[in-house]
Amino acid sequence: MARQSWFRSFLWHGEIFFHYAAQYLKTRMAYRGDFWIYLLSDFLMQSVNLIFILTIFTRVPHIKGWSREEVLFIYGFFLVPFGFYSGLFNHLFDVPEKYVLRGELDRVLLRPLNTLFQVVVETMNLELIFIALGGIIIMIYSGAQMDLAWHWWDFPLALLLVGGATLIYGGIYTLLASLGFWAEGNLGLMPMIYNLSQYGRYPVTVYRGVIRFILTWILPFAFVGFFPSTIFLRRYEFLPYALLTPVVGLGFFVLGWRVWQRGIRRYVGAGH
Amino acid sequence: MFESLRHRFALAAALVRLEFINNLAYRATYFTGVFNYGIQIGAYYFLWDAVFAGRRLLAGFTREEMLTYVIVAWVVRSFYFSNLDRRVAVEIRNGDIAMELILPYDYQEAKYCRAFGEALFRLLFFTLPTGIVIYLLRPFQLPPNFTAGFLFILSMLGSFLINAQLSLMAGLLAFFTQSTSGIYRAKRVIMDLCTGLLIPISFYPEWFQKVLAFLPFQAVSYLPNLIYLGKVDTAGALAVLARQFFWAVVLFFLGRLFWRLAVRHLVIQGG
Repeated sequence: MARQSWFRSFLWHGEIFFHYAAQYLKTRMAYRGDFWIYLLSDFLMQSVNLIFILTIFTRVPHIKGWSREEVLFIYGFFLVPFGFYSGLFNHLFDVPEKYVLRGELDRVLLRPLNTLFQVVVETMNLELIFIALGGIIIMIYSGAQMDLAWHWWDFPLALLLVGGATLIYGGIYTLLASLGFWAEGNLGLMPMIYNLSQYGRYPVTVYRGVIRFILTWILPFAFVGFFPSTIFLRRYEFLPYALLTPVVGLGFFVLGWRVWQRGIRRYVGAGH
Repeated sequence: MFESLRHRFALAAALVRLEFINNLAYRATYFTGVFNYGIQIGAYYFLWDAVFAGRRLLAGFTREEMLTYVIVAWVVRSFYFSNLDRRVAVEIRNGDIAMELILPYDYQEAKYCRAFGEALFRLLFFTLPTGIVIYLLRPFQLPPNFTAGFLFILSMLGSFLINAQLSLMAGLLAFFTQSTSGIYRAKRVIMDLCTGLLIPISFYPEWFQKVLAFLPFQAVSYLPNLIYLGKVDTAGALAVLARQFFWAVVLFFLGRLFWRLAVRHLVIQGG
Protein backbone atom coordinates (compact mmCIF):
# COMPACT_ATOMS: atom_id res chain seq x y z
CA MET A 1 0.00 0.00 0.00
CA ALA A 2 2.76 2.40 0.99
CA ARG A 3 4.64 1.36 -2.10
CA GLN A 4 1.66 2.04 -4.28
CA SER A 5 1.35 5.62 -3.02
CA TRP A 6 5.10 6.19 -3.44
CA PHE A 7 4.79 5.14 -7.06
CA ARG A 8 1.79 7.35 -7.64
CA SER A 9 3.55 10.31 -6.11
CA PHE A 10 6.45 9.66 -8.46
CA LEU A 11 4.14 9.66 -11.48
CA TRP A 12 2.40 12.78 -10.21
CA HIS A 13 5.71 14.62 -9.91
CA GLY A 14 6.67 13.38 -13.37
CA GLU A 15 3.49 14.78 -14.84
CA ILE A 16 3.99 18.12 -13.10
CA PHE A 17 7.57 18.18 -14.38
CA PHE A 18 6.31 18.04 -17.94
CA HIS A 19 3.92 20.90 -17.29
CA TYR A 20 6.75 22.98 -15.84
CA ALA A 21 9.02 22.06 -18.74
CA ALA A 22 6.36 23.11 -21.25
CA GLN A 23 5.85 26.44 -19.47
CA TYR A 24 9.57 26.96 -19.26
CA LEU A 25 10.08 26.41 -22.97
CA LYS A 26 7.19 28.75 -23.76
CA THR A 27 8.70 31.57 -21.73
CA ARG A 28 12.13 31.00 -23.23
CA MET A 29 10.76 30.83 -26.74
CA ALA A 30 9.17 34.23 -26.26
CA TYR A 31 12.71 35.56 -26.80
CA ARG A 32 13.74 33.13 -29.48
CA GLY A 33 16.92 34.93 -30.53
CA ASP A 34 18.03 35.13 -26.91
CA PHE A 35 17.36 31.45 -26.45
CA TRP A 36 19.58 30.33 -29.31
CA ILE A 37 22.38 32.77 -28.51
CA TYR A 38 22.36 31.60 -24.89
CA LEU A 39 22.54 27.98 -25.94
CA LEU A 40 25.20 28.63 -28.56
CA SER A 41 27.34 30.67 -26.18
CA ASP A 42 27.12 27.91 -23.61
CA PHE A 43 28.41 25.44 -26.17
CA LEU A 44 31.20 27.90 -26.90
CA MET A 45 32.09 28.06 -23.19
CA GLN A 46 32.29 24.29 -23.00
CA SER A 47 34.40 24.15 -26.13
CA VAL A 48 37.24 26.02 -24.40
CA ASN A 49 38.28 22.77 -22.73
CA LEU A 50 37.96 20.96 -26.03
CA ILE A 51 40.26 23.45 -27.74
CA PHE A 52 42.64 23.18 -24.80
CA ILE A 53 42.84 19.41 -25.15
CA LEU A 54 43.19 19.49 -28.93
CA THR A 55 45.94 22.13 -28.78
CA ILE A 56 47.96 20.32 -26.13
CA PHE A 57 47.85 17.09 -28.09
CA THR A 58 49.33 18.74 -31.15
CA ARG A 59 52.50 18.97 -29.03
CA VAL A 60 52.51 15.74 -27.00
CA PRO A 61 51.41 12.18 -27.87
CA HIS A 62 50.01 11.43 -24.40
CA ILE A 63 49.55 12.95 -20.93
CA LYS A 64 50.69 10.59 -18.17
CA GLY A 65 49.80 7.58 -20.31
CA TRP A 66 46.44 8.92 -21.58
CA SER A 67 46.12 9.37 -25.32
CA ARG A 68 44.31 12.20 -27.07
CA GLU A 69 41.31 9.99 -27.83
CA GLU A 70 41.09 8.69 -24.29
CA VAL A 71 41.20 12.21 -22.81
CA LEU A 72 38.56 13.31 -25.32
CA PHE A 73 36.36 10.36 -24.43
CA ILE A 74 36.59 11.12 -20.70
CA TYR A 75 35.78 14.75 -21.42
CA GLY A 76 32.80 13.70 -23.55
CA PHE A 77 31.50 11.40 -20.85
CA PHE A 78 31.86 14.14 -18.26
CA LEU A 79 29.72 16.47 -20.38
CA VAL A 80 26.71 14.13 -20.17
CA PRO A 81 26.13 14.31 -16.38
CA PHE A 82 27.41 17.89 -16.52
CA GLY A 83 24.69 18.69 -19.07
CA PHE A 84 21.98 17.25 -16.82
CA TYR A 85 23.42 19.15 -13.88
CA SER A 86 23.53 22.41 -15.86
CA GLY A 87 19.97 21.92 -17.02
CA LEU A 88 18.53 21.00 -13.63
CA PHE A 89 20.66 21.91 -10.64
CA ASN A 90 22.95 24.77 -11.65
CA HIS A 91 20.63 27.47 -10.35
CA LEU A 92 20.28 25.90 -6.94
CA PHE A 93 22.78 28.60 -6.05
CA ASP A 94 19.83 31.01 -6.08
CA VAL A 95 18.32 29.25 -3.09
CA PRO A 96 20.04 31.12 -0.23
CA GLU A 97 19.32 34.54 -1.69
CA LYS A 98 16.02 34.07 -3.49
CA TYR A 99 14.24 31.42 -1.47
CA VAL A 100 15.61 31.86 2.04
CA LEU A 101 16.48 35.55 2.40
CA ARG A 102 13.60 36.86 0.30
CA GLY A 103 11.28 34.24 1.68
CA GLU A 104 10.02 32.78 -1.57
CA LEU A 105 10.02 29.41 0.08
CA ASP A 106 6.73 30.40 1.78
CA ARG A 107 4.96 29.84 -1.50
CA VAL A 108 6.74 26.56 -2.13
CA LEU A 109 5.84 25.24 1.30
CA LEU A 110 2.13 25.89 0.76
CA ARG A 111 1.92 23.50 -2.16
CA PRO A 112 1.40 19.75 -1.83
CA LEU A 113 4.56 18.87 -3.74
CA ASN A 114 8.09 17.94 -2.76
CA THR A 115 9.88 21.16 -1.86
CA LEU A 116 13.24 20.34 -3.46
CA PHE A 117 11.42 19.24 -6.61
CA GLN A 118 9.59 22.55 -6.81
CA VAL A 119 12.74 24.60 -6.34
CA VAL A 120 14.52 22.57 -9.03
CA VAL A 121 11.75 22.95 -11.60
CA GLU A 122 11.40 26.66 -10.84
CA THR A 123 15.09 27.39 -11.32
CA MET A 124 16.06 24.95 -14.06
CA ASN A 125 17.67 25.97 -17.36
CA LEU A 126 16.35 23.03 -19.27
CA GLU A 127 17.93 23.84 -22.63
CA LEU A 128 21.42 23.27 -21.22
CA ILE A 129 20.68 19.54 -21.21
CA PHE A 130 21.77 19.81 -24.84
CA ILE A 131 25.35 19.96 -23.57
CA ALA A 132 24.96 16.23 -22.94
CA LEU A 133 24.38 15.77 -26.66
CA GLY A 134 27.72 17.44 -27.38
CA GLY A 135 29.32 15.01 -24.94
CA ILE A 136 27.76 12.03 -26.69
CA ILE A 137 29.04 13.25 -30.06
CA ILE A 138 32.57 13.63 -28.65
CA MET A 139 32.36 10.10 -27.17
CA ILE A 140 31.19 8.61 -30.46
CA TYR A 141 33.95 10.41 -32.38
CA SER A 142 36.79 9.48 -30.03
CA GLY A 143 35.40 5.98 -29.58
CA ALA A 144 35.43 5.45 -33.34
CA GLN A 145 39.00 6.77 -33.56
CA MET A 146 40.09 4.21 -30.97
CA ASP A 147 38.01 1.39 -32.53
CA LEU A 148 36.31 0.80 -29.20
CA ALA A 149 34.22 -2.37 -29.30
CA TRP A 150 30.73 -1.80 -27.90
CA HIS A 151 28.77 -4.52 -26.11
CA TRP A 152 25.02 -4.50 -25.70
CA TRP A 153 25.40 -4.11 -21.96
CA ASP A 154 27.40 -0.92 -22.37
CA PHE A 155 24.22 1.07 -22.92
CA PRO A 156 22.27 0.15 -19.78
CA LEU A 157 25.54 0.44 -17.88
CA ALA A 158 26.17 3.91 -19.32
CA LEU A 159 22.67 4.97 -18.27
CA LEU A 160 23.26 3.71 -14.75
CA LEU A 161 26.64 5.45 -14.49
CA VAL A 162 25.37 8.72 -15.94
CA GLY A 163 22.48 8.56 -13.46
CA GLY A 164 24.90 8.05 -10.59
CA ALA A 165 27.19 10.82 -11.78
CA THR A 166 24.27 13.25 -12.14
CA LEU A 167 23.16 12.41 -8.60
CA ILE A 168 26.65 13.30 -7.33
CA TYR A 169 26.26 16.75 -8.81
CA GLY A 170 22.66 17.00 -7.63
CA GLY A 171 23.57 15.87 -4.12
CA ILE A 172 26.49 18.24 -3.71
CA TYR A 173 24.52 21.22 -5.02
CA THR A 174 21.51 20.39 -2.86
CA LEU A 175 23.83 20.22 0.11
CA LEU A 176 25.40 23.58 -0.73
CA ALA A 177 22.01 25.20 -1.34
CA SER A 178 20.79 23.83 2.00
CA LEU A 179 23.64 25.53 3.83
CA GLY A 180 21.77 28.75 2.99
CA PHE A 181 19.21 27.82 5.66
CA TRP A 182 21.92 28.14 8.30
CA ALA A 183 24.15 30.83 6.83
CA GLU A 184 21.16 32.97 5.77
CA GLY A 185 22.81 34.33 2.68
CA ASN A 186 25.17 33.18 0.04
CA LEU A 187 28.39 31.68 1.29
CA GLY A 188 30.18 32.17 -2.00
CA LEU A 189 30.97 28.47 -2.00
CA MET A 190 29.14 27.64 -5.22
CA PRO A 191 31.65 29.14 -7.69
CA MET A 192 34.47 27.49 -5.78
CA ILE A 193 32.83 24.09 -5.97
CA TYR A 194 31.97 24.69 -9.60
CA ASN A 195 35.60 25.39 -10.41
CA LEU A 196 36.66 22.34 -8.47
CA SER A 197 34.16 20.22 -10.40
CA GLN A 198 35.99 21.20 -13.57
CA TYR A 199 38.91 19.08 -12.38
CA GLY A 200 36.70 16.07 -13.08
CA ARG A 201 36.99 16.55 -16.84
CA TYR A 202 40.49 15.12 -16.91
CA PRO A 203 42.00 11.81 -15.76
CA VAL A 204 42.29 11.99 -11.98
CA THR A 205 45.78 10.46 -12.23
CA VAL A 206 46.90 13.91 -13.41
CA TYR A 207 46.44 15.15 -9.86
CA ARG A 208 48.48 14.17 -6.85
CA GLY A 209 48.13 13.72 -3.11
CA VAL A 210 45.52 15.81 -1.34
CA ILE A 211 43.72 17.00 -4.48
CA ARG A 212 43.29 13.46 -5.75
CA PHE A 213 41.98 12.39 -2.35
CA ILE A 214 39.49 15.27 -2.26
CA LEU A 215 38.28 14.54 -5.80
CA THR A 216 37.79 10.88 -4.95
CA TRP A 217 36.38 10.89 -1.44
CA ILE A 218 35.36 14.37 -0.23
CA LEU A 219 33.86 16.13 -3.25
CA PRO A 220 33.89 13.11 -5.56
CA PHE A 221 33.98 14.81 -8.96
CA ALA A 222 36.35 12.10 -10.19
CA PHE A 223 33.23 9.89 -10.20
CA VAL A 224 31.42 12.24 -12.58
CA GLY A 225 33.59 11.75 -15.64
CA PHE A 226 36.80 9.88 -15.11
CA PHE A 227 36.02 6.71 -13.14
CA PRO A 228 32.85 5.68 -14.98
CA SER A 229 34.32 6.34 -18.42
CA THR A 230 37.30 4.02 -17.78
CA ILE A 231 34.92 1.05 -18.08
CA PHE A 232 34.21 1.93 -21.70
CA LEU A 233 37.89 2.63 -22.36
CA ARG A 234 38.50 -0.91 -21.03
CA ARG A 235 41.01 0.39 -18.53
CA TYR A 236 39.90 -2.07 -15.92
CA GLU A 237 42.43 -1.03 -13.28
CA PHE A 238 39.81 1.51 -12.14
CA LEU A 239 36.88 -0.93 -12.32
CA PRO A 240 36.08 -1.00 -8.57
CA TYR A 241 35.83 2.80 -8.54
CA ALA A 242 33.79 2.86 -11.74
CA LEU A 243 31.26 0.44 -10.30
CA LEU A 244 31.04 2.51 -7.14
CA THR A 245 29.67 5.50 -9.11
CA PRO A 246 25.94 4.82 -8.55
CA VAL A 247 26.57 4.13 -4.86
CA VAL A 248 28.50 7.38 -4.40
CA GLY A 249 25.78 9.23 -6.33
CA LEU A 250 22.99 7.79 -4.24
CA GLY A 251 24.96 8.41 -1.03
CA PHE A 252 25.55 12.05 -1.84
CA PHE A 253 22.01 12.64 -2.99
CA VAL A 254 20.56 11.13 0.18
CA LEU A 255 22.95 13.25 2.23
CA GLY A 256 21.93 16.39 0.31
CA TRP A 257 18.26 15.54 0.70
CA ARG A 258 18.56 14.94 4.46
CA VAL A 259 20.32 18.25 5.02
CA TRP A 260 17.69 19.94 2.85
CA GLN A 261 14.89 18.47 4.99
CA ARG A 262 16.59 19.71 8.14
CA GLY A 263 17.00 23.13 6.57
CA ILE A 264 13.33 23.25 5.64
CA ARG A 265 12.39 22.50 9.23
CA ARG A 266 14.61 25.38 10.36
CA TYR A 267 13.15 27.83 7.88
CA VAL A 268 11.05 30.53 9.52
CA GLY A 269 10.17 32.78 6.57
CA ALA A 270 11.18 36.34 5.89
CA GLY A 271 8.26 37.94 7.72
CA HIS A 272 5.86 38.72 4.88
CA MET B 1 42.76 74.92 -22.00
CA PHE B 2 45.11 74.23 -19.08
CA GLU B 3 42.31 74.85 -16.62
CA SER B 4 39.99 72.39 -18.34
CA LEU B 5 42.72 69.74 -18.31
CA ARG B 6 43.11 70.26 -14.58
CA HIS B 7 39.38 69.82 -14.08
CA ARG B 8 39.39 66.70 -16.13
CA PHE B 9 42.20 65.25 -14.08
CA ALA B 10 40.44 66.13 -10.81
CA LEU B 11 37.30 64.42 -12.08
CA ALA B 12 39.24 61.33 -13.11
CA ALA B 13 40.93 61.14 -9.72
CA ALA B 14 37.58 61.52 -7.96
CA LEU B 15 36.06 58.68 -9.99
CA VAL B 16 39.02 56.39 -9.35
CA ARG B 17 38.79 57.12 -5.64
CA LEU B 18 35.00 56.65 -5.62
CA GLU B 19 35.19 53.21 -7.18
CA PHE B 20 38.05 52.20 -4.89
CA ILE B 21 35.96 53.10 -1.83
CA ASN B 22 32.88 51.46 -3.32
CA ASN B 23 34.75 48.20 -3.57
CA LEU B 24 36.15 48.56 -0.10
CA ALA B 25 32.63 48.14 1.22
CA TYR B 26 32.46 44.67 -0.28
CA ARG B 27 35.97 43.54 0.54
CA ALA B 28 34.71 40.37 2.25
CA THR B 29 33.63 38.93 -1.09
CA TYR B 30 37.23 39.06 -2.23
CA PHE B 31 38.24 36.80 0.60
CA THR B 32 36.50 33.83 -0.99
CA GLY B 33 37.77 35.16 -4.31
CA VAL B 34 41.34 34.35 -3.31
CA PHE B 35 40.41 30.70 -2.76
CA ASN B 36 38.38 30.65 -5.91
CA TYR B 37 41.32 31.87 -7.95
CA GLY B 38 43.54 29.36 -6.18
CA ILE B 39 41.27 26.54 -7.32
CA GLN B 40 41.15 27.83 -10.89
CA ILE B 41 44.90 28.26 -11.03
CA GLY B 42 45.29 24.78 -9.57
CA ALA B 43 43.23 23.22 -12.35
CA TYR B 44 45.59 24.49 -15.04
CA TYR B 45 48.71 24.18 -12.92
CA PHE B 46 48.26 20.44 -12.40
CA LEU B 47 47.28 19.86 -16.00
CA TRP B 48 50.37 21.61 -17.30
CA ASP B 49 52.49 19.79 -14.76
CA ALA B 50 51.18 16.50 -16.15
CA VAL B 51 51.69 17.65 -19.74
CA PHE B 52 55.34 18.39 -19.02
CA ALA B 53 55.94 15.15 -17.08
CA GLY B 54 59.03 13.55 -18.61
CA ARG B 55 59.46 16.35 -21.19
CA ARG B 56 62.10 19.08 -21.22
CA LEU B 57 60.84 21.70 -23.63
CA LEU B 58 57.47 22.32 -25.29
CA ALA B 59 56.79 25.23 -27.64
CA GLY B 60 59.77 27.09 -26.17
CA PHE B 61 58.84 26.63 -22.49
CA THR B 62 60.51 24.52 -19.82
CA ARG B 63 58.33 22.90 -17.18
CA GLU B 64 59.30 25.45 -14.53
CA GLU B 65 58.71 28.37 -16.91
CA MET B 66 55.31 27.00 -17.89
CA LEU B 67 54.16 26.54 -14.29
CA THR B 68 55.29 30.07 -13.45
CA TYR B 69 53.49 31.26 -16.58
CA VAL B 70 50.20 29.73 -15.42
CA ILE B 71 50.44 31.28 -11.96
CA VAL B 72 51.55 34.73 -13.14
CA ALA B 73 48.98 34.87 -15.94
CA TRP B 74 46.12 34.21 -13.53
CA VAL B 75 47.39 36.35 -10.68
CA VAL B 76 47.80 39.33 -13.01
CA ARG B 77 44.38 38.69 -14.49
CA SER B 78 42.94 39.31 -11.03
CA PHE B 79 44.28 42.87 -11.45
CA TYR B 80 43.28 43.80 -15.00
CA PHE B 81 40.01 41.87 -15.15
CA SER B 82 36.94 44.10 -15.22
CA ASN B 83 33.20 43.76 -15.33
CA LEU B 84 32.85 46.73 -17.66
CA ASP B 85 31.06 44.69 -20.32
CA ARG B 86 28.46 43.52 -17.84
CA ARG B 87 28.01 46.92 -16.22
CA VAL B 88 27.64 48.79 -19.46
CA ALA B 89 25.25 46.18 -20.82
CA VAL B 90 23.13 46.38 -17.66
CA GLU B 91 23.01 50.18 -17.87
CA ILE B 92 21.90 49.96 -21.46
CA ARG B 93 19.30 47.34 -20.71
CA ASN B 94 17.65 49.02 -17.75
CA GLY B 95 17.97 52.51 -19.18
CA ASP B 96 20.33 53.92 -16.52
CA ILE B 97 22.55 54.98 -19.37
CA ALA B 98 20.14 57.85 -20.02
CA MET B 99 21.17 59.35 -16.67
CA GLU B 100 24.82 58.81 -17.49
CA LEU B 101 24.41 60.62 -20.79
CA ILE B 102 23.01 63.67 -19.01
CA LEU B 103 26.03 63.98 -16.71
CA PRO B 104 28.66 66.46 -17.82
CA TYR B 105 31.45 63.98 -18.39
CA ASP B 106 32.66 61.69 -21.09
CA TYR B 107 30.94 58.35 -20.60
CA GLN B 108 33.81 56.17 -21.75
CA GLU B 109 36.49 58.05 -19.83
CA ALA B 110 34.36 57.89 -16.70
CA LYS B 111 33.97 54.15 -17.14
CA TYR B 112 37.72 53.63 -17.56
CA CYS B 113 38.44 55.71 -14.47
CA ARG B 114 36.02 53.66 -12.41
CA ALA B 115 37.48 50.44 -13.79
CA PHE B 116 40.92 51.69 -12.81
CA GLY B 117 39.74 52.42 -9.28
CA GLU B 118 38.46 48.88 -9.09
CA ALA B 119 41.71 47.52 -10.52
CA LEU B 120 43.72 49.37 -7.86
CA PHE B 121 41.45 47.92 -5.23
CA ARG B 122 41.86 44.45 -6.66
CA LEU B 123 45.62 44.89 -6.80
CA LEU B 124 45.74 45.49 -3.05
CA PHE B 125 43.04 43.13 -1.84
CA PHE B 126 43.08 40.39 -4.43
CA THR B 127 46.17 40.24 -6.65
CA LEU B 128 48.78 40.70 -3.92
CA PRO B 129 47.16 38.32 -1.39
CA THR B 130 46.62 35.67 -4.09
CA GLY B 131 50.21 36.02 -5.30
CA ILE B 132 51.63 35.85 -1.78
CA VAL B 133 49.50 32.86 -0.72
CA ILE B 134 50.50 30.94 -3.84
CA TYR B 135 54.13 31.90 -3.44
CA LEU B 136 54.09 30.53 0.11
CA LEU B 137 52.42 27.31 -1.03
CA ARG B 138 54.58 26.88 -4.07
CA PRO B 139 57.47 29.33 -4.65
CA PHE B 140 57.47 30.22 -8.33
CA GLN B 141 60.12 31.95 -10.44
CA LEU B 142 60.61 35.68 -9.98
CA PRO B 143 61.61 37.98 -12.85
CA PRO B 144 65.28 37.44 -13.78
CA ASN B 145 66.34 41.00 -12.95
CA PHE B 146 65.07 44.33 -11.70
CA THR B 147 64.59 45.82 -15.18
CA ALA B 148 62.42 42.90 -16.32
CA GLY B 149 60.36 43.17 -13.14
CA PHE B 150 59.90 46.91 -13.58
CA LEU B 151 58.95 46.64 -17.24
CA PHE B 152 56.56 43.82 -16.38
CA ILE B 153 54.75 46.05 -13.86
CA LEU B 154 54.46 48.73 -16.55
CA SER B 155 53.06 46.13 -18.94
CA MET B 156 50.35 45.27 -16.37
CA LEU B 157 49.08 48.78 -16.94
CA GLY B 158 49.00 48.07 -20.67
CA SER B 159 47.07 44.86 -20.01
CA PHE B 160 44.54 46.85 -18.04
CA LEU B 161 44.11 49.51 -20.73
CA ILE B 162 43.61 47.02 -23.56
CA ASN B 163 41.36 44.71 -21.59
CA ALA B 164 39.20 47.58 -20.27
CA GLN B 165 38.66 48.98 -23.76
CA LEU B 166 37.82 45.60 -25.27
CA SER B 167 35.48 45.00 -22.37
CA LEU B 168 33.70 48.32 -22.81
CA MET B 169 33.24 47.70 -26.51
CA ALA B 170 31.77 44.28 -25.80
CA GLY B 171 29.36 45.94 -23.38
CA LEU B 172 28.33 48.49 -25.99
CA LEU B 173 27.21 45.63 -28.23
CA ALA B 174 24.15 45.60 -25.97
CA PHE B 175 22.98 48.61 -28.00
CA PHE B 176 22.61 46.35 -31.00
CA THR B 177 21.33 43.16 -29.45
CA GLN B 178 19.00 42.57 -26.54
CA SER B 179 20.82 39.39 -25.65
CA THR B 180 23.71 40.21 -23.37
CA SER B 181 24.66 36.95 -21.66
CA GLY B 182 25.71 35.60 -25.03
CA ILE B 183 28.07 38.55 -25.50
CA TYR B 184 29.82 38.09 -22.14
CA ARG B 185 30.33 34.44 -22.78
CA ALA B 186 31.63 34.84 -26.30
CA LYS B 187 33.98 37.57 -25.08
CA ARG B 188 35.14 35.42 -22.19
CA VAL B 189 35.96 32.54 -24.54
CA ILE B 190 37.87 34.80 -26.92
CA MET B 191 39.81 36.43 -24.09
CA ASP B 192 40.65 33.10 -22.40
CA LEU B 193 41.97 31.56 -25.60
CA CYS B 194 43.44 34.47 -27.54
CA THR B 195 45.21 36.42 -24.77
CA GLY B 196 47.35 33.40 -23.91
CA LEU B 197 45.79 33.07 -20.44
CA LEU B 198 45.05 29.36 -20.81
CA ILE B 199 47.54 28.36 -23.49
CA PRO B 200 50.71 30.27 -24.44
CA ILE B 201 50.33 31.54 -28.00
CA SER B 202 53.42 29.57 -29.11
CA PHE B 203 51.45 26.33 -28.58
CA TYR B 204 48.95 27.18 -31.31
CA PRO B 205 49.28 26.07 -34.93
CA GLU B 206 51.37 28.36 -37.14
CA TRP B 207 48.40 29.82 -39.05
CA PHE B 208 46.56 30.77 -35.88
CA GLN B 209 49.65 32.45 -34.45
CA LYS B 210 49.85 34.51 -37.62
CA VAL B 211 46.22 35.58 -37.25
CA LEU B 212 46.72 36.52 -33.59
CA ALA B 213 49.79 38.62 -34.46
CA PHE B 214 47.42 41.13 -36.09
CA LEU B 215 45.11 41.33 -33.07
CA PRO B 216 45.42 43.07 -29.70
CA PHE B 217 44.67 40.06 -27.50
CA GLN B 218 48.11 38.64 -26.84
CA ALA B 219 49.28 42.02 -25.53
CA VAL B 220 46.98 41.42 -22.53
CA SER B 221 48.57 38.26 -21.16
CA TYR B 222 51.05 36.38 -23.35
CA LEU B 223 53.52 39.19 -24.13
CA PRO B 224 53.68 40.56 -20.55
CA ASN B 225 54.30 37.02 -19.31
CA LEU B 226 57.26 36.73 -21.66
CA ILE B 227 58.72 39.85 -20.03
CA TYR B 228 58.16 38.37 -16.58
CA LEU B 229 59.88 35.12 -17.51
CA GLY B 230 62.79 36.98 -19.10
CA LYS B 231 62.08 35.34 -22.46
CA VAL B 232 62.51 38.72 -24.14
CA ASP B 233 65.45 41.04 -23.45
CA THR B 234 65.10 44.70 -22.47
CA ALA B 235 64.74 45.81 -26.09
CA GLY B 236 62.13 43.11 -26.63
CA ALA B 237 60.29 44.18 -23.49
CA LEU B 238 60.24 47.79 -24.66
CA ALA B 239 58.86 46.58 -27.98
CA VAL B 240 56.07 44.82 -26.08
CA LEU B 241 55.25 48.05 -24.24
CA ALA B 242 55.24 49.94 -27.54
CA ARG B 243 52.89 47.36 -28.97
CA GLN B 244 50.56 47.70 -25.98
CA PHE B 245 50.63 51.48 -26.37
CA PHE B 246 49.83 51.13 -30.06
CA TRP B 247 46.82 48.92 -29.36
CA ALA B 248 45.62 51.09 -26.48
CA VAL B 249 45.54 54.10 -28.82
CA VAL B 250 43.94 52.22 -31.71
CA LEU B 251 41.28 50.78 -29.42
CA PHE B 252 40.65 54.21 -27.93
CA PHE B 253 39.75 55.63 -31.33
CA LEU B 254 37.86 52.51 -32.35
CA GLY B 255 35.94 52.79 -29.11
CA ARG B 256 35.00 56.42 -29.89
CA LEU B 257 33.77 55.44 -33.32
CA PHE B 258 31.87 52.50 -31.94
CA TRP B 259 30.29 54.69 -29.29
CA ARG B 260 29.00 57.15 -31.88
CA LEU B 261 27.45 54.35 -33.90
CA ALA B 262 26.04 52.76 -30.77
CA VAL B 263 24.39 55.81 -29.21
CA ARG B 264 22.44 56.35 -32.40
CA HIS B 265 20.91 52.94 -31.79
CA LEU B 266 19.85 53.80 -28.27
CA VAL B 267 16.34 52.79 -27.37
CA ILE B 268 15.41 53.30 -23.73
CA GLN B 269 12.96 50.63 -22.69
CA GLY B 270 10.38 52.60 -20.76
CA GLY B 271 11.39 54.14 -17.41
